[in-house]
Amino acid sequence: MEIGLNHYLVLATILFAIGLYGVMRRKNLLMLFFATEILLNSVNIGFAAISHYYGDLTGQMFAFFVIAIAASEVAVGLGLLIVWYKRHNSIDLDEMTMMRG
Amino acid sequence: MFEAVSFYLFAFLVIVSFWIAVTTSQALYALTALAAGMILISGFYFTLGADFLGAVQIVVYSGAVLALYAFGMMFFDTTRDVKEKNPNKLIVGTLAVLSAILAIVILGAPIVSDNIVALYPDVESVGNIQEVGIVLFTKYLVPFEVAAVMLLVAMIAGIVLAGKKMDISLTKLSDEEIEKYKREELV
Amino acid sequence: MEKYLYIALFAPLVSSLFSALFTARPKKQFLGVVASLLIITAFLASSVLLTHILESGEPIHVTLMTWISTGGLYIPFGFLVDQVSVTMMMVVTLVSSVVHVYAIGYMDHDKSFNRFFAWLSAFVFSMMILVMSDNYAGLFIGWEGVGLCSWGLIGFWFHKESASWAANEAFIMNRIADLGMLIGLFLIYWNTGTLQYDGAFEAFRTLDNATLTWIGIFLFIGAMGKSAQFPLHTWLADAMEGPTPVSALIHAATMVTAGVYLVIRSNELYSLIPSVGLFIASLGTFVALFAASMALVNRDMKRVIAYSTLSQLGYMFAAAGLGAYWVALFHLMAHAFFKALLFLGAGNVMHAMDDELDPFKMGGLKKVMKGTWIMMTIASLALAGIFPFAGFFSKDTILEAAFADHHMVIYGVLLFTAGLTAFYSFRLVALIFHGEERYKIFGIHPHEAYRFMLIAMSPLLFLAIIAGVFQAPFFEMVEEVLSAHEYHIHSHVTVWIMMIGTQLFVGLAILYAYKKYARNGIKVPDGTSETEKSFIYQLLYNQYYIPYFYEEYIVKPYRELSTAFWKEIDMKVVDATVDGIAKTLYNTGATTRTIQNGNLSTMLRWMVGGLVVLLTIAVAIGVAVRYSEEISVFLSGLGV
Repeated sequence: MEIGLNHYLVLATILFAIGLYGVMRRKNLLMLFFATEILLNSVNIGFAAISHYYGDLTGQMFAFFVIAIAASEVAVGLGLLIVWYKRHNSIDLDEMTMMRG
Repeated sequence: MFEAVSFYLFAFLVIVSFWIAVTTSQALYALTALAAGMILISGFYFTLGADFLGAVQIVVYSGAVLALYAFGMMFFDTTRDVKEKNPNKLIVGTLAVLSAILAIVILGAPIVSDNIVALYPDVESVGNIQEVGIVLFTKYLVPFEVAAVMLLVAMIAGIVLAGKKMDISLTKLSDEEIEKYKREELV
Repeated sequence: MEKYLYIALFAPLVSSLFSALFTARPKKQFLGVVASLLIITAFLASSVLLTHILESGEPIHVTLMTWISTGGLYIPFGFLVDQVSVTMMMVVTLVSSVVHVYAIGYMDHDKSFNRFFAWLSAFVFSMMILVMSDNYAGLFIGWEGVGLCSWGLIGFWFHKESASWAANEAFIMNRIADLGMLIGLFLIYWNTGTLQYDGAFEAFRTLDNATLTWIGIFLFIGAMGKSAQFPLHTWLADAMEGPTPVSALIHAATMVTAGVYLVIRSNELYSLIPSVGLFIASLGTFVALFAASMALVNRDMKRVIAYSTLSQLGYMFAAAGLGAYWVALFHLMAHAFFKALLFLGAGNVMHAMDDELDPFKMGGLKKVMKGTWIMMTIASLALAGIFPFAGFFSKDTILEAAFADHHMVIYGVLLFTAGLTAFYSFRLVALIFHGEERYKIFGIHPHEAYRFMLIAMSPLLFLAIIAGVFQAPFFEMVEEVLSAHEYHIHSHVTVWIMMIGTQLFVGLAILYAYKKYARNGIKVPDGTSETEKSFIYQLLYNQYYIPYFYEEYIVKPYRELSTAFWKEIDMKVVDATVDGIAKTLYNTGATTRTIQNGNLSTMLRWMVGGLVVLLTIAVAIGVAVRYSEEISVFLSGLGV
C-alpha cells in the first residue's frame, strides 16, 4: 500500500492528540513537560513528511529549529522547576495557584 | 512495501510508547517510554530521507534532552505518587479526540495544492547532509546565528537558576576569608 | 369668543393642578377658595358663551392642536360649543361651583382637604373635555377622565375597605362598558373614516341599516355603564361611600348624565335606527321602575337619593330613545339642579347627625335645621313633578311624548313610577324632618350647617323653582341642532286630562307618604316586623339580590380564575422563563470563572477547548467555501 503524505499527517495528528491529552491530564509538572515534548515531536514529523513529499528542504529546516528551541526550552524550564521545588517542596499543579484572578 | 512495513511498525511503536508516557503514574516509566519514542521517531526521519534530521534527533533529543530530564528527576521525590485528581476524565478525553478528528479532517482533506512550488528543492545528486549544510549556511544563516544566541541565553539562564551562592567567587577571596566563610557555612 | 372657550375649559385644570401641589400638606383653607373661584370663572365664561349662542346661534369651533395624525387617521384636539354643549357646560360649571363652595364647609375637618379639591377640579376638567369635544375620540378621553376621577373621589377615604371596594366596582363596571363603547368607536372609524361629529354624521346617512344598528348598540353599551343602566347599575348605589359633595356633583348632575349626553349628541345616528331607539326607551323605562321599587324600602338616606337618580336617568333615556332628544336634555338640566340640591341637603343632615344614614334614626329635624328642611322639601317637590317647579315641565313632557307616540306601556310605567318617586321622596323627607325626634335616643346633637354652605346651595334652589320657565326658549335654542320632535296629541282636552290626572296621582302619593311616616310613634325597624319579613320587602331591600348574584357567580369565579392564572401561568411559566435566563447566565459565569483560578491544568483544558472551537469554525468555513455553489443553489430552492 502506497504510503502517502496523508498517512504521515494523520500519524502526526494522532501523536499531537496524545500530547494534548497528556497536557490536559497531568498534574505533575514534570510529566507536563514530557507531554509538551511529545507535541513538539509530532509537529516535527509533520514537517519532515511534507518536506519529503514536496521535495522541499524548508520543512527540514523548520524541524531543526524546532529541535533547537525545544532543547533550550527544556533547560530553562527545568531550571525554573528546580527553583520552585526548592521553595515550595512540591510540583503539584493544583498547589500552584498564585496566578489566580 | 519496505516503506509500508517500516511506517506501520514505527507508527505503532511510537504511539504505544507515547501513550504509556502520557498515562502512567510512575514518573520513571514515563521517562523511559519517552526516550523510546524519541528514538523511534528518528526512524521515521530516516525513512523519509532526512538523514541529518534523524541524527540530530537522536543526539539532541534522546541524548541531551532526556538526559536533562533524567537529572531533573533526581531532584524531585518521584517515589511519591502524585495523586492526580482528575475530576472530569470525560471532558479531557472528549476534547482530545475532538481536536484530533478536526485536525485530521482539515489535514486529510484532499489537498488542492497543485501550484505549490518547492522553494528549496531537493537536488538528487548531492546527499542530504550536504544539502542541509548548503541551505543552512546560505539561506538560513541569520536564523542559525540567532538560534545560537538563544542557546547561549538558555545556558546562562540554566546556570543562574540552578546554581547556588553565585555571588561569592572563591577564586577572588584570600585564604582567611575562605576559612571564615567555611566556618560560617558550617554553623 | 374663543378665549372664553379656553377659559371655561382650562380654568378647572389650573385649579386641579394648583390643588395638587398641596396634597401632601395639611389642610390649607385658601385652597378651597381658590378652587371655587376658578370654577366660578369657568361658569362665567360659559355664561358668556351661552349669551353668544342665544344671540347669534352660531357654534364656535376651534382646533387646539393635532393629537393623532397617522396614515388615514386624523384626530385633533378640537372643541365645539354649540347649543347642546353649551347647555351641558352651564349645568356642569354651575353645579360644580356650588359643590366646590359647599365642600369648603363640608370637608372642613378632613385632613385630606387639599387632595379632595385636586380630584374634584380634575373631574370638572374631564367633564368639560367630554362635553366640549368635537369628535368621538375627545369624548372618550373625557369619558375615561371622569371615570378615573370618579374612582379617586368614591374611594377618597381609601382607608375604609368598603370605600375602596366601591371605587373599584365603579371603575371596573365602567371599564366593561367602555369596551362596548370602544367597539362602537372602531366601527364608526372603520365605516366612515373619521371620528369627527360632522364628518361621521354625514357619512351615517350612506351606511346600511345593519351597520348603523351595531354602532348604535355598542355606543349605547358604553352609555349603559356610565349612566348605570341595568345590568351595570350596582355601582351607583355603592358609590355613595364617597363624600356627599362628590355624590352631588358626579352621581347626580354630571358623570351619570354623560351617557345621556352621548345619546343626545349622536341623535343623528339614533334617528336613523328607531328600533334601537325603542330598545333604549324600553330599557330606560324598565330601569326607572326598577330603581324606584328599590328606593321604596331602603334605609340609607343617600342610597334612596341615588336610586332616584337612577330612576330619573331612566326617564332621560326613555325620552332620548323615543326621539325627543331636547326633552331629555331639558330633563337632564332640571334634574341636575334639584338632585344636587337634594344631595347637598342630605350632606347637611349627615353632618348634623354624625354621619348617621338611617332615616328611621332621625326625625323632627325641621325644628333644628330649618334651611335644609325647606330646601329638601322644595327639591323633592321638583323631583316629584309638582307644578310649578322644574320637574313638572320636564317630566310631563316626557309623558306626553310617550303618549303621543302611542307607546302606552311606556307611558303607563312612567306614570306609575312618577307616583312611586313622589312616595319615596316624601317618605325620606317625612322620616327625617317630621314626627318625633328619634335621634335623641342615640344621643346625637344636630345643628344646622354653616351659613355660607346654605348660601351656596341657594342658586340651585332658585333654579329648581323657576327652571320650568326656560322650557320654551330652550326649545327654540336647541331646535336647530336637535331634530325637533313634533308630536301632536290629538286634542287639547286630552292634554289637560293627562296633566291634571298626573298631578292628582302624584299628590295622593305624597299625602300617603306623609300620613304613613310623619306621625309619632314610628319605631326603628329591627328586622322583626311583619313587613320586614315579607318576601317582597326582602326582595326589594336586597336589591333583587342582584349584587349577591354578581358577587357569587361572576366575581368569585373570576377571582378563582385569576388566582389560577397567577399561580400556574404567571409564576410557573413567565417567571420561570425570566428567572431561567438569569440563572443560565449566572451559571455560565460561575462555570467560566475557572478560567482564571490559577490552576494551570484548568487553563490548559480551556485552551484546548478554545482550540477545538476554532478548528470547528475553520472546518465549517472550509466546507462552506468548498461547496458554496451547491449551498446557494439549495438556499435559492428554499426561496431565500
